[in-house]
Amino acid sequence: MGSRASRLLREEEIEEIKKETGFSHSQITRLYSRFTSLDKGENGTLSREDFQRIPELAINPLGDRIINAFFPEGEDQVNFRGFMRTLAHFRPIEDNEKNKNPSATEPLNSRTNKLLFAFRLYDLDRDDKISRDELLQVLEKVDVEQKMSIRFLH
Amino acid sequence: MDVFWAGALWALKIWLYLIILLIMIPSMFGFSLGISEIYMTILVKTLEWATLNIQKANSDEGTLKPSSSNGLIQRENGSMEKELEELRRSRPKPPVGGDFTLSDCFYFIRQGIESIVDDQVTQRFTSEELVSWNLLTRTNNDFQYISLKLTLVYGLGIIVRYCILAPLRITLTVIGVSWLVIGTSAVGLLPNWRIKFWLSELVHVMCYRICARGLSATIRYHNRENKPKKGGICVANHTSPIDIVILCTDGCYAMVGQVHGGLMGIIQRAMVRSCPHVWFERSEMKDRHLVTKRLKDHVNDKKKLPILIFPEGTCINNTSVMMFKKGSFEIGTTIYPVAIKYDPKFGDAFWNSSKHSMVSYLLRMMTSWALVCNVWYLPAMHQQEGEDAVQFANRVKSAIAHQGGLVDLQWDGGLKRAKVKETFKEQQQKKYSNMVVRDDSN
Repeated sequence: MGSRASRLLREEEIEEIKKETGFSHSQITRLYSRFTSLDKGENGTLSREDFQRIPELAINPLGDRIINAFFPEGEDQVNFRGFMRTLAHFRPIEDNEKNKNPSATEPLNSRTNKLLFAFRLYDLDRDDKISRDELLQVLEKVDVEQKMSIRFLH
Repeated sequence: MDVFWAGALWALKIWLYLIILLIMIPSMFGFSLGISEIYMTILVKTLEWATLNIQKANSDEGTLKPSSSNGLIQRENGSMEKELEELRRSRPKPPVGGDFTLSDCFYFIRQGIESIVDDQVTQRFTSEELVSWNLLTRTNNDFQYISLKLTLVYGLGIIVRYCILAPLRITLTVIGVSWLVIGTSAVGLLPNWRIKFWLSELVHVMCYRICARGLSATIRYHNRENKPKKGGICVANHTSPIDIVILCTDGCYAMVGQVHGGLMGIIQRAMVRSCPHVWFERSEMKDRHLVTKRLKDHVNDKKKLPILIFPEGTCINNTSVMMFKKGSFEIGTTIYPVAIKYDPKFGDAFWNSSKHSMVSYLLRMMTSWALVCNVWYLPAMHQQEGEDAVQFANRVKSAIAHQGGLVDLQWDGGLKRAKVKETFKEQQQKKYSNMVVRDDSN
Protein backbone atom coordinates (compact mmCIF):
# COMPACT_ATOMS: atom_id res chain seq x y z
CA MET A 1 0.00 0.00 0.00
CA GLY A 2 2.61 2.52 0.96
CA SER A 3 4.95 1.98 -1.96
CA ARG A 4 2.23 1.88 -4.54
CA ALA A 5 2.86 5.41 -5.85
CA SER A 6 5.82 5.28 -8.17
CA ARG A 7 6.34 8.94 -7.47
CA LEU A 8 4.76 11.32 -5.03
CA LEU A 9 2.75 14.34 -6.08
CA ARG A 10 4.66 17.58 -5.54
CA GLU A 11 3.06 20.52 -3.77
CA GLU A 12 3.46 22.80 -6.82
CA GLU A 13 1.64 20.30 -9.00
CA ILE A 14 -1.19 20.08 -6.49
CA GLU A 15 -1.48 23.87 -6.50
CA GLU A 16 -1.56 24.00 -10.29
CA ILE A 17 -4.25 21.34 -10.49
CA LYS A 18 -6.20 23.12 -7.78
CA LYS A 19 -6.22 26.33 -9.78
CA GLU A 20 -7.12 24.63 -13.01
CA THR A 21 -9.82 22.28 -11.77
CA GLY A 22 -11.07 23.68 -8.49
CA PHE A 23 -10.67 20.45 -6.50
CA SER A 24 -9.50 20.74 -2.91
CA HIS A 25 -6.09 19.60 -1.71
CA SER A 26 -7.35 16.42 -0.05
CA GLN A 27 -9.54 15.56 -3.03
CA ILE A 28 -6.54 15.82 -5.33
CA THR A 29 -4.37 13.56 -3.17
CA ARG A 30 -7.09 10.96 -2.87
CA LEU A 31 -7.77 11.04 -6.60
CA TYR A 32 -4.04 10.64 -7.17
CA SER A 33 -4.15 7.56 -4.98
CA ARG A 34 -6.95 6.23 -7.16
CA PHE A 35 -5.02 7.11 -10.34
CA THR A 36 -1.97 5.16 -9.18
CA SER A 37 -4.03 2.18 -8.16
CA LEU A 38 -5.50 2.02 -11.68
CA ASP A 39 -2.03 2.42 -13.21
CA LYS A 40 -0.97 -1.21 -13.24
CA GLY A 41 2.08 -0.53 -15.40
CA GLU A 42 3.31 2.01 -12.85
CA ASN A 43 4.55 4.42 -15.50
CA GLY A 44 2.56 7.47 -14.43
CA THR A 45 -0.02 7.24 -17.21
CA LEU A 46 -3.21 5.32 -17.86
CA SER A 47 -3.93 3.41 -21.04
CA ARG A 48 -7.32 2.31 -22.34
CA GLU A 49 -6.76 -1.18 -20.87
CA ASP A 50 -6.35 0.31 -17.41
CA PHE A 51 -9.84 1.79 -17.66
CA GLN A 52 -11.36 -1.34 -19.13
CA ARG A 53 -10.21 -3.28 -16.12
CA ILE A 54 -12.96 -1.61 -14.08
CA PRO A 55 -15.88 -4.06 -14.34
CA GLU A 56 -18.62 -1.48 -13.71
CA LEU A 57 -17.26 0.62 -16.57
CA ALA A 58 -16.86 -2.36 -18.86
CA ILE A 59 -20.55 -3.18 -18.69
CA ASN A 60 -21.65 0.44 -19.20
CA PRO A 61 -23.14 0.81 -22.72
CA LEU A 62 -21.26 4.09 -23.19
CA GLY A 63 -18.12 2.75 -21.52
CA ASP A 64 -15.85 2.92 -24.56
CA ARG A 65 -16.91 6.44 -25.44
CA ILE A 66 -16.38 7.66 -21.89
CA ILE A 67 -12.89 6.18 -21.91
CA ASN A 68 -12.19 7.94 -25.22
CA ALA A 69 -13.11 11.26 -23.67
CA PHE A 70 -10.05 11.03 -21.42
CA PHE A 71 -7.60 10.67 -24.29
CA PRO A 72 -6.68 13.70 -26.36
CA GLU A 73 -6.85 13.38 -30.12
CA GLY A 74 -4.63 10.58 -31.38
CA GLU A 75 -3.02 9.71 -28.05
CA ASP A 76 -3.05 6.43 -26.14
CA GLN A 77 -1.91 7.52 -22.72
CA VAL A 78 -3.36 9.98 -20.27
CA ASN A 79 -1.37 11.48 -17.40
CA PHE A 80 -2.72 12.68 -14.08
CA ARG A 81 -3.26 16.26 -15.27
CA GLY A 82 -5.38 15.05 -18.16
CA PHE A 83 -7.24 12.70 -15.84
CA MET A 84 -8.08 15.50 -13.44
CA ARG A 85 -9.02 17.86 -16.24
CA THR A 86 -11.66 15.44 -17.48
CA LEU A 87 -12.96 14.68 -13.99
CA ALA A 88 -13.17 18.40 -13.29
CA HIS A 89 -16.12 18.63 -15.66
CA PHE A 90 -18.12 16.73 -13.05
CA ARG A 91 -17.51 18.94 -10.10
CA PRO A 92 -20.75 20.51 -8.88
CA ILE A 93 -21.15 24.20 -9.63
CA GLU A 94 -20.86 26.18 -6.44
CA ASP A 95 -22.96 29.29 -5.91
CA ASN A 96 -20.04 31.63 -5.39
CA GLU A 97 -18.69 30.63 -8.78
CA LYS A 98 -21.84 31.50 -10.65
CA ASN A 99 -21.48 35.26 -10.30
CA LYS A 100 -17.78 35.45 -11.09
CA ASN A 101 -16.23 38.02 -13.39
CA PRO A 102 -17.66 37.18 -16.82
CA SER A 103 -14.43 37.98 -18.63
CA ALA A 104 -12.44 35.37 -16.69
CA THR A 105 -11.88 32.00 -18.41
CA GLU A 106 -14.75 29.64 -17.95
CA PRO A 107 -14.20 26.99 -15.27
CA LEU A 108 -14.11 23.40 -16.47
CA ASN A 109 -17.30 22.51 -14.64
CA SER A 110 -19.48 25.28 -16.07
CA ARG A 111 -22.83 24.38 -17.57
CA THR A 112 -21.49 24.91 -21.06
CA ASN A 113 -18.47 22.72 -20.53
CA LYS A 114 -20.60 19.96 -19.07
CA LEU A 115 -22.81 20.09 -22.13
CA LEU A 116 -19.76 20.14 -24.39
CA PHE A 117 -18.53 16.95 -22.71
CA ALA A 118 -21.82 15.15 -23.31
CA PHE A 119 -21.99 16.51 -26.84
CA ARG A 120 -18.56 15.15 -27.68
CA LEU A 121 -19.69 11.69 -26.66
CA TYR A 122 -22.25 11.74 -29.44
CA ASP A 123 -19.91 13.40 -31.89
CA LEU A 124 -17.77 10.35 -32.63
CA ASP A 125 -15.92 11.71 -35.62
CA ARG A 126 -15.23 14.91 -33.70
CA ASP A 127 -16.44 17.24 -36.42
CA ASP A 128 -18.57 19.23 -33.96
CA LYS A 129 -21.85 18.37 -35.65
CA ILE A 130 -25.00 16.61 -34.53
CA SER A 131 -28.56 17.60 -35.19
CA ARG A 132 -28.79 21.11 -33.79
CA ASP A 133 -32.52 21.47 -33.32
CA GLU A 134 -32.94 18.36 -31.23
CA LEU A 135 -30.09 19.35 -29.04
CA LEU A 136 -31.49 22.81 -28.32
CA GLN A 137 -34.95 21.50 -27.68
CA VAL A 138 -33.88 18.86 -25.23
CA LEU A 139 -31.35 20.79 -23.29
CA GLU A 140 -33.51 23.81 -22.64
CA LYS A 141 -35.27 22.23 -19.72
CA VAL A 142 -32.93 19.60 -18.35
CA ASP A 143 -31.16 20.36 -15.08
CA VAL A 144 -27.71 19.91 -16.54
CA GLU A 145 -25.90 21.18 -13.47
CA GLN A 146 -27.35 18.50 -11.27
CA LYS A 147 -27.45 15.58 -13.70
CA MET A 148 -23.86 16.01 -14.85
CA SER A 149 -22.35 16.53 -11.42
CA ILE A 150 -20.86 14.10 -8.94
CA ARG A 151 -20.74 14.86 -5.22
CA PHE A 152 -17.04 14.69 -4.38
CA LEU A 153 -16.50 14.30 -0.63
CA HIS A 154 -13.89 16.38 1.16
CA MET B 1 37.40 -17.36 17.25
CA ASP B 2 36.63 -20.71 18.82
CA VAL B 3 35.37 -18.99 21.92
CA PHE B 4 33.10 -16.88 19.75
CA TRP B 5 31.61 -19.91 18.03
CA ALA B 6 31.24 -21.78 21.32
CA GLY B 7 29.50 -18.75 22.78
CA ALA B 8 27.22 -18.38 19.78
CA LEU B 9 26.28 -22.05 19.90
CA TRP B 10 25.55 -21.82 23.60
CA ALA B 11 23.36 -18.74 23.04
CA LEU B 12 21.52 -20.54 20.26
CA LYS B 13 20.86 -23.52 22.52
CA ILE B 14 19.49 -21.31 25.29
CA TRP B 15 17.29 -19.53 22.74
CA LEU B 16 15.86 -22.81 21.46
CA TYR B 17 15.21 -24.21 24.93
CA LEU B 18 13.45 -21.02 25.94
CA ILE B 19 11.25 -21.12 22.89
CA ILE B 20 10.38 -24.76 23.36
CA LEU B 21 9.60 -24.42 27.01
CA LEU B 22 7.81 -21.12 27.07
CA ILE B 23 5.98 -21.16 23.79
CA MET B 24 5.93 -24.42 21.94
CA ILE B 25 4.92 -26.85 24.66
CA PRO B 26 2.15 -24.73 26.16
CA SER B 27 0.71 -24.03 22.72
CA MET B 28 0.82 -27.69 21.79
CA PHE B 29 -1.34 -28.51 24.74
CA GLY B 30 -3.60 -25.58 24.26
CA PHE B 31 -2.86 -23.37 27.21
CA SER B 32 -0.87 -20.20 27.43
CA LEU B 33 1.65 -18.79 29.87
CA GLY B 34 0.31 -15.31 29.33
CA ILE B 35 3.34 -13.87 27.53
CA SER B 36 1.47 -13.15 24.33
CA GLU B 37 -1.40 -11.61 26.29
CA ILE B 38 0.98 -9.14 27.91
CA TYR B 39 2.47 -8.33 24.52
CA MET B 40 -0.98 -7.73 23.04
CA THR B 41 -2.03 -5.45 25.88
CA ILE B 42 1.10 -3.35 25.48
CA LEU B 43 0.58 -3.27 21.72
CA VAL B 44 -3.05 -2.18 21.94
CA LYS B 45 -2.17 0.60 24.39
CA THR B 46 0.66 1.80 22.16
CA LEU B 47 -1.51 1.92 19.06
CA GLU B 48 -4.26 3.79 20.90
CA TRP B 49 -1.73 6.32 22.15
CA ALA B 50 -0.38 6.73 18.60
CA THR B 51 -3.87 7.25 17.19
CA LEU B 52 -4.68 9.90 19.80
CA ASN B 53 -1.43 11.69 19.09
CA ILE B 54 -2.03 11.76 15.35
CA GLN B 55 -5.57 12.99 15.79
CA LYS B 56 -4.47 15.69 18.21
CA ALA B 57 -1.75 16.85 15.84
CA ASN B 58 -4.18 17.00 12.96
CA SER B 59 -6.79 19.00 14.82
CA ASP B 60 -4.08 21.38 16.05
CA GLU B 61 -2.97 21.97 12.51
CA GLY B 62 -6.52 22.56 11.50
CA THR B 63 -6.44 20.15 8.60
CA LEU B 64 -9.36 17.80 8.48
CA LYS B 65 -7.84 14.48 7.55
CA PRO B 66 -10.24 12.65 5.26
CA SER B 67 -11.70 9.61 6.87
CA SER B 68 -11.10 6.64 4.62
CA SER B 69 -14.36 5.11 5.68
CA ASN B 70 -16.11 7.74 3.53
CA GLY B 71 -15.81 7.09 -0.14
CA LEU B 72 -14.37 9.64 -2.52
CA ILE B 73 -17.80 10.46 -3.85
CA GLN B 74 -21.40 10.18 -2.82
CA ARG B 75 -23.25 8.07 -5.33
CA GLU B 76 -26.85 8.50 -6.41
CA ASN B 77 -28.51 5.16 -5.92
CA GLY B 78 -31.47 5.39 -8.22
CA SER B 79 -32.23 2.59 -10.63
CA MET B 80 -31.81 3.07 -14.38
CA GLU B 81 -35.57 3.43 -14.83
CA LYS B 82 -35.97 6.08 -12.15
CA GLU B 83 -33.06 8.20 -13.29
CA LEU B 84 -34.08 8.10 -16.95
CA GLU B 85 -37.68 9.02 -16.03
CA GLU B 86 -36.36 12.13 -14.31
CA LEU B 87 -34.21 13.07 -17.27
CA ARG B 88 -37.13 12.70 -19.66
CA ARG B 89 -39.60 14.68 -17.57
CA SER B 90 -39.08 17.82 -19.61
CA ARG B 91 -40.66 16.24 -22.70
CA PRO B 92 -44.25 15.16 -23.13
CA LYS B 93 -44.44 11.35 -23.30
CA PRO B 94 -45.33 9.92 -26.71
CA PRO B 95 -48.70 8.08 -26.61
CA VAL B 96 -47.34 4.68 -27.65
CA GLY B 97 -44.03 2.94 -27.63
CA GLY B 98 -40.84 3.82 -25.84
CA ASP B 99 -38.88 7.00 -25.67
CA PHE B 100 -35.43 8.29 -26.37
CA THR B 101 -33.91 11.59 -25.50
CA LEU B 102 -30.42 12.91 -26.09
CA SER B 103 -30.12 13.56 -22.39
CA ASP B 104 -30.39 9.84 -21.61
CA CYS B 105 -26.66 9.74 -22.03
CA PHE B 106 -26.22 11.84 -18.88
CA TYR B 107 -27.16 8.87 -16.73
CA PHE B 108 -24.63 6.55 -18.32
CA ILE B 109 -21.89 9.14 -18.40
CA ARG B 110 -22.28 9.88 -14.73
CA GLN B 111 -22.36 6.18 -13.82
CA GLY B 112 -19.25 5.63 -15.90
CA ILE B 113 -17.29 8.49 -14.39
CA GLU B 114 -18.40 7.51 -10.89
CA SER B 115 -17.07 4.01 -11.44
CA ILE B 116 -13.76 5.43 -12.70
CA VAL B 117 -13.38 7.41 -9.49
CA ASP B 118 -14.59 4.73 -7.09
CA ASP B 119 -15.80 1.27 -8.02
CA GLN B 120 -16.85 -1.67 -5.91
CA VAL B 121 -14.63 -4.29 -7.45
CA THR B 122 -11.04 -3.20 -8.10
CA GLN B 123 -10.63 -1.92 -4.55
CA ARG B 124 -11.17 -5.46 -3.23
CA PHE B 125 -7.94 -6.69 -4.75
CA THR B 126 -5.64 -4.36 -2.86
CA SER B 127 -5.08 -3.99 0.85
CA GLU B 128 -7.63 -2.13 2.91
CA GLU B 129 -6.87 1.50 3.70
CA LEU B 130 -6.42 2.19 7.40
CA VAL B 131 -8.32 4.89 9.21
CA SER B 132 -5.32 5.74 11.32
CA TRP B 133 -1.66 4.84 10.90
CA ASN B 134 -0.55 1.76 12.82
CA LEU B 135 3.18 2.53 13.01
CA LEU B 136 4.23 0.20 10.21
CA THR B 137 6.34 1.48 7.32
CA ARG B 138 4.28 -0.39 4.79
CA THR B 139 1.04 1.38 5.62
CA ASN B 140 2.58 4.85 5.67
CA ASN B 141 0.69 6.24 2.72
CA ASP B 142 -0.16 9.83 3.38
CA PHE B 143 0.98 10.54 6.90
CA GLN B 144 3.54 13.17 7.69
CA TYR B 145 5.93 13.74 10.55
CA ILE B 146 3.89 14.35 13.70
CA SER B 147 6.15 14.38 16.72
CA LEU B 148 9.48 13.12 17.96
CA LYS B 149 7.89 10.71 20.44
CA LEU B 150 5.88 9.06 17.69
CA THR B 151 8.91 8.66 15.47
CA LEU B 152 10.86 7.11 18.34
CA VAL B 153 8.10 4.60 19.02
CA TYR B 154 7.96 3.85 15.31
CA GLY B 155 11.73 3.26 15.25
CA LEU B 156 11.55 1.10 18.35
CA GLY B 157 8.78 -0.84 16.70
CA ILE B 158 10.98 -1.59 13.71
CA ILE B 159 13.74 -2.94 15.95
CA VAL B 160 11.36 -5.05 17.99
CA ARG B 161 9.60 -6.45 14.96
CA TYR B 162 12.59 -7.25 12.80
CA CYS B 163 15.18 -8.25 15.39
CA ILE B 164 13.16 -9.93 18.12
CA LEU B 165 9.79 -11.00 16.81
CA ALA B 166 10.71 -12.08 13.31
CA PRO B 167 13.47 -14.56 14.23
CA LEU B 168 11.26 -15.94 16.99
CA ARG B 169 8.38 -16.44 14.62
CA ILE B 170 10.49 -17.94 11.88
CA THR B 171 11.95 -20.47 14.33
CA LEU B 172 8.50 -21.44 15.52
CA THR B 173 7.15 -21.85 12.01
CA VAL B 174 10.09 -23.99 10.94
CA ILE B 175 9.59 -26.20 14.00
CA GLY B 176 5.86 -26.37 13.34
CA VAL B 177 6.15 -27.37 9.71
CA SER B 178 8.90 -29.94 10.31
CA TRP B 179 6.90 -31.44 13.14
CA LEU B 180 3.89 -31.63 10.82
CA VAL B 181 5.84 -33.55 8.20
CA ILE B 182 7.58 -35.86 10.67
CA GLY B 183 4.57 -36.39 12.86
CA THR B 184 2.11 -37.17 10.10
CA SER B 185 4.53 -39.51 8.38
CA ALA B 186 5.10 -41.32 11.67
CA VAL B 187 1.39 -41.68 12.31
CA GLY B 188 0.96 -42.87 8.75
CA LEU B 189 3.10 -45.88 9.54
CA LEU B 190 0.55 -47.15 12.03
CA PRO B 191 -2.14 -49.60 10.93
CA ASN B 192 -5.70 -48.38 10.70
CA TRP B 193 -6.73 -48.66 14.30
CA ARG B 194 -8.89 -46.11 16.04
CA ILE B 195 -5.87 -44.76 17.81
CA LYS B 196 -4.44 -43.74 14.44
CA PHE B 197 -7.26 -41.26 13.84
CA TRP B 198 -6.95 -39.82 17.29
CA LEU B 199 -3.19 -39.44 16.98
CA SER B 200 -3.47 -37.95 13.51
CA GLU B 201 -5.88 -35.29 14.75
CA LEU B 202 -3.62 -34.59 17.69
CA VAL B 203 -0.55 -34.15 15.51
CA HIS B 204 -2.35 -31.90 13.04
CA VAL B 205 -3.81 -29.63 15.69
CA MET B 206 -0.53 -29.33 17.59
CA CYS B 207 1.40 -28.37 14.48
CA TYR B 208 -1.12 -25.77 13.46
CA ARG B 209 -1.07 -24.34 16.95
CA ILE B 210 2.69 -23.96 16.78
CA CYS B 211 2.37 -22.27 13.39
CA ALA B 212 -0.29 -19.97 14.78
CA ARG B 213 2.06 -18.95 17.56
CA GLY B 214 4.61 -18.46 14.85
CA LEU B 215 2.43 -15.68 13.51
CA SER B 216 1.45 -14.27 16.90
CA ALA B 217 -2.12 -15.06 16.09
CA THR B 218 -4.84 -14.08 18.52
CA ILE B 219 -7.97 -15.82 17.41
CA ARG B 220 -11.39 -15.49 18.99
CA TYR B 221 -13.83 -18.25 18.14
CA HIS B 222 -17.56 -17.61 18.39
CA ASN B 223 -20.41 -20.07 18.48
CA ARG B 224 -18.28 -23.17 18.69
CA GLU B 225 -21.37 -25.31 19.06
CA ASN B 226 -21.80 -24.87 15.30
CA LYS B 227 -18.43 -26.40 14.50
CA PRO B 228 -18.37 -28.45 11.29
CA LYS B 229 -18.98 -32.16 11.73
CA LYS B 230 -17.87 -35.18 9.74
CA GLY B 231 -19.51 -35.69 6.39
CA GLY B 232 -20.09 -32.01 5.76
CA ILE B 233 -18.40 -29.23 3.88
CA CYS B 234 -17.01 -26.17 5.62
CA VAL B 235 -17.04 -22.98 3.53
CA ALA B 236 -15.35 -19.75 4.49
CA ASN B 237 -14.36 -16.43 2.96
CA HIS B 238 -10.80 -16.37 1.66
CA THR B 239 -8.22 -13.73 2.48
CA SER B 240 -4.92 -15.58 2.51
CA PRO B 241 -3.42 -19.07 2.92
CA ILE B 242 -3.23 -18.34 6.63
CA ASP B 243 -6.99 -18.90 6.81
CA ILE B 244 -6.17 -22.61 6.83
CA VAL B 245 -3.94 -22.26 9.88
CA ILE B 246 -6.59 -20.19 11.63
CA LEU B 247 -9.34 -22.74 11.09
CA CYS B 248 -7.25 -25.83 11.69
CA THR B 249 -6.06 -24.73 15.12
CA ASP B 250 -9.59 -25.38 16.29
CA GLY B 251 -10.52 -28.56 14.52
CA CYS B 252 -9.48 -31.04 11.89
CA TYR B 253 -10.42 -30.65 8.27
CA ALA B 254 -9.68 -32.42 5.04
CA MET B 255 -8.09 -30.09 2.56
CA VAL B 256 -8.87 -29.77 -1.10
CA GLY B 257 -6.36 -28.49 -3.56
CA GLN B 258 -3.95 -28.94 -6.38
CA VAL B 259 -0.89 -31.13 -6.06
CA HIS B 260 2.20 -28.94 -5.86
CA GLY B 261 5.86 -29.71 -6.19
CA GLY B 262 8.65 -28.73 -3.86
CA LEU B 263 8.11 -28.02 -0.18
CA MET B 264 4.33 -27.81 -0.53
CA GLY B 265 4.35 -31.20 -2.21
CA ILE B 266 6.30 -32.77 0.64
CA ILE B 267 3.85 -31.35 3.16
CA GLN B 268 0.89 -32.55 1.10
CA ARG B 269 2.19 -36.09 0.76
CA ALA B 270 3.00 -36.29 4.47
CA MET B 271 -0.43 -35.05 5.46
CA VAL B 272 -2.20 -37.54 3.26
CA ARG B 273 -0.40 -40.44 4.96
CA SER B 274 -2.07 -39.91 8.28
CA CYS B 275 -5.58 -38.94 7.18
CA PRO B 276 -7.30 -38.59 3.83
CA HIS B 277 -7.17 -35.23 2.06
CA VAL B 278 -8.35 -34.55 -1.47
CA TRP B 279 -5.45 -33.52 -3.66
CA PHE B 280 -6.05 -33.11 -7.39
CA GLU B 281 -3.62 -33.21 -10.26
CA ARG B 282 -3.76 -30.11 -12.39
CA SER B 283 -5.33 -32.00 -15.30
CA GLU B 284 -8.02 -33.48 -13.06
CA MET B 285 -9.15 -30.07 -11.87
CA LYS B 286 -10.50 -29.18 -15.32
CA ASP B 287 -12.91 -32.11 -15.24
CA ARG B 288 -15.79 -30.85 -13.12
CA HIS B 289 -17.55 -34.21 -12.92
CA LEU B 290 -14.45 -35.90 -11.61
CA VAL B 291 -14.00 -33.24 -8.98
CA THR B 292 -17.62 -33.45 -7.87
CA LYS B 293 -17.48 -37.23 -7.73
CA ARG B 294 -14.36 -37.32 -5.58
CA LEU B 295 -15.77 -34.74 -3.20
CA LYS B 296 -19.05 -36.67 -3.01
CA ASP B 297 -17.24 -39.91 -2.23
CA HIS B 298 -15.26 -38.24 0.50
CA VAL B 299 -18.33 -36.67 2.03
CA ASN B 300 -20.39 -39.86 1.95
CA ASP B 301 -17.79 -41.74 3.94
CA LYS B 302 -18.96 -40.70 7.39
CA LYS B 303 -15.63 -41.47 8.97
CA LYS B 304 -13.76 -38.88 6.98
CA LEU B 305 -13.17 -35.35 8.19
CA PRO B 306 -15.25 -32.39 6.94
CA ILE B 307 -13.87 -30.82 3.79
CA LEU B 308 -12.62 -27.24 3.90
CA ILE B 309 -13.36 -25.23 0.77
CA PHE B 310 -13.00 -21.54 -0.13
CA PRO B 311 -15.68 -21.01 -2.77
CA GLU B 312 -14.47 -17.57 -3.82
CA GLY B 313 -11.58 -19.28 -5.51
CA THR B 314 -9.12 -16.46 -4.88
CA CYS B 315 -7.90 -14.17 -2.11
CA ILE B 316 -10.00 -11.07 -1.44
CA ASN B 317 -8.99 -8.25 0.84
CA ASN B 318 -11.36 -9.05 3.72
CA THR B 319 -13.67 -6.07 3.22
CA SER B 320 -16.17 -7.99 1.15
CA VAL B 321 -17.32 -11.43 0.07
CA MET B 322 -17.39 -12.07 -3.67
CA MET B 323 -19.27 -14.58 -5.75
CA PHE B 324 -19.21 -18.16 -4.47
CA LYS B 325 -18.54 -20.78 -7.14
CA LYS B 326 -21.41 -23.21 -7.17
CA GLY B 327 -19.35 -26.42 -7.37
CA SER B 328 -19.32 -27.23 -3.66
CA PHE B 329 -23.00 -26.38 -3.32
CA GLU B 330 -24.07 -28.99 -5.86
CA ILE B 331 -22.83 -31.92 -3.80
CA GLY B 332 -25.95 -31.98 -1.72
CA THR B 333 -24.56 -32.27 1.74
CA THR B 334 -24.65 -30.09 4.85
CA ILE B 335 -22.79 -26.83 4.49
CA TYR B 336 -21.14 -25.28 7.56
CA PRO B 337 -20.44 -21.60 6.85
CA VAL B 338 -17.61 -19.88 8.69
CA ALA B 339 -16.88 -16.14 8.66
CA ILE B 340 -13.31 -14.93 9.22
CA LYS B 341 -12.59 -11.26 9.85
CA TYR B 342 -9.08 -9.94 10.47
CA ASP B 343 -8.35 -6.76 12.38
CA PRO B 344 -6.24 -4.69 9.97
CA LYS B 345 -4.76 -2.54 12.74
CA PHE B 346 -2.30 -5.23 13.76
CA GLY B 347 -1.20 -6.42 10.37
CA ASP B 348 -2.61 -6.78 6.91
CA ALA B 349 -3.45 -10.40 6.27
CA PHE B 350 -4.46 -10.08 2.62
CA TRP B 351 -2.20 -11.88 0.15
CA ASN B 352 -1.90 -9.81 -3.02
CA SER B 353 -0.49 -12.60 -5.17
CA SER B 354 0.29 -10.30 -8.08
CA LYS B 355 2.41 -8.12 -5.85
CA HIS B 356 4.08 -10.49 -3.39
CA SER B 357 5.31 -14.05 -3.71
CA MET B 358 4.36 -16.52 -1.00
CA VAL B 359 7.72 -16.24 0.78
CA SER B 360 7.67 -12.45 0.70
CA TYR B 361 4.11 -12.53 2.01
CA LEU B 362 5.02 -14.81 4.91
CA LEU B 363 7.92 -12.58 5.86
CA ARG B 364 5.61 -9.56 5.86
CA MET B 365 3.25 -11.47 8.12
CA MET B 366 6.06 -12.26 10.50
CA THR B 367 7.17 -8.67 10.71
CA SER B 368 3.71 -7.28 11.43
CA TRP B 369 2.61 -6.53 14.93
CA ALA B 370 0.35 -9.54 15.26
CA LEU B 371 -2.54 -11.30 13.63
CA VAL B 372 -5.85 -10.68 15.29
CA CYS B 373 -9.00 -12.21 13.93
CA ASN B 374 -12.51 -13.29 14.76
CA VAL B 375 -13.96 -16.57 13.57
CA TRP B 376 -17.71 -17.12 13.65
CA TYR B 377 -19.14 -20.59 13.16
CA LEU B 378 -22.55 -20.19 11.58
CA PRO B 379 -25.41 -22.71 11.90
CA ALA B 380 -25.43 -25.46 9.30
CA MET B 381 -27.32 -24.85 6.06
CA HIS B 382 -28.97 -27.20 3.62
CA GLN B 383 -30.15 -26.72 0.09
CA GLN B 384 -33.87 -26.04 0.20
CA GLU B 385 -36.68 -27.27 -2.06
CA GLY B 386 -36.78 -25.43 -5.34
CA GLU B 387 -33.49 -23.69 -4.72
CA ASP B 388 -30.74 -24.23 -7.25
CA ALA B 389 -27.03 -24.33 -6.46
CA VAL B 390 -26.43 -20.68 -7.38
CA GLN B 391 -29.23 -19.39 -5.14
CA PHE B 392 -28.04 -21.62 -2.32
CA ALA B 393 -24.49 -20.33 -2.75
CA ASN B 394 -25.76 -16.74 -2.63
CA ARG B 395 -27.74 -17.45 0.50
CA VAL B 396 -24.69 -18.86 2.28
CA LYS B 397 -22.59 -15.94 1.04
CA SER B 398 -25.05 -13.40 2.46
CA ALA B 399 -25.04 -15.15 5.81
CA ILE B 400 -21.25 -15.06 5.99
CA ALA B 401 -21.08 -11.42 4.83
CA HIS B 402 -23.71 -10.38 7.35
CA GLN B 403 -21.95 -12.07 10.26
CA GLY B 404 -18.49 -10.83 9.43
CA GLY B 405 -19.57 -7.26 8.68
CA LEU B 406 -18.38 -7.60 5.08
CA VAL B 407 -19.91 -6.18 1.91
CA ASP B 408 -21.88 -8.76 -0.05
CA LEU B 409 -20.93 -8.46 -3.72
CA GLN B 410 -22.29 -10.30 -6.74
CA TRP B 411 -19.09 -9.80 -8.69
CA ASP B 412 -16.78 -12.72 -9.43
CA GLY B 413 -13.43 -12.82 -7.65
CA GLY B 414 -11.97 -14.03 -10.93
CA LEU B 415 -12.20 -10.43 -12.16
CA LYS B 416 -8.88 -9.98 -10.39
CA ARG B 417 -7.25 -11.35 -13.49
CA ALA B 418 -9.92 -11.85 -16.13
CA LYS B 419 -12.19 -9.45 -17.98
CA VAL B 420 -15.92 -9.10 -17.43
CA LYS B 421 -17.97 -11.51 -19.48
CA GLU B 422 -19.73 -9.98 -22.47
CA THR B 423 -23.08 -11.27 -21.17
CA PHE B 424 -23.08 -8.71 -18.35
CA LYS B 425 -22.60 -5.88 -20.82
CA GLU B 426 -25.40 -7.27 -22.96
CA GLN B 427 -27.69 -7.35 -19.93
CA GLN B 428 -27.24 -3.61 -19.41
CA GLN B 429 -27.79 -2.91 -23.09
CA LYS B 430 -30.94 -5.01 -23.06
CA LYS B 431 -32.30 -3.18 -20.03
CA TYR B 432 -31.82 0.19 -21.66
CA SER B 433 -33.17 -0.84 -25.04
CA ASN B 434 -36.33 -2.09 -23.31
CA MET B 435 -36.87 1.44 -22.14
CA VAL B 436 -36.29 2.87 -25.59
CA VAL B 437 -38.42 0.38 -27.48
CA ARG B 438 -41.13 -0.20 -24.93
CA ASP B 439 -44.22 -2.13 -26.03
CA ASP B 440 -47.42 -1.28 -24.18
CA SER B 441 -48.01 -4.99 -23.86
CA ASN B 442 -45.25 -5.24 -21.24
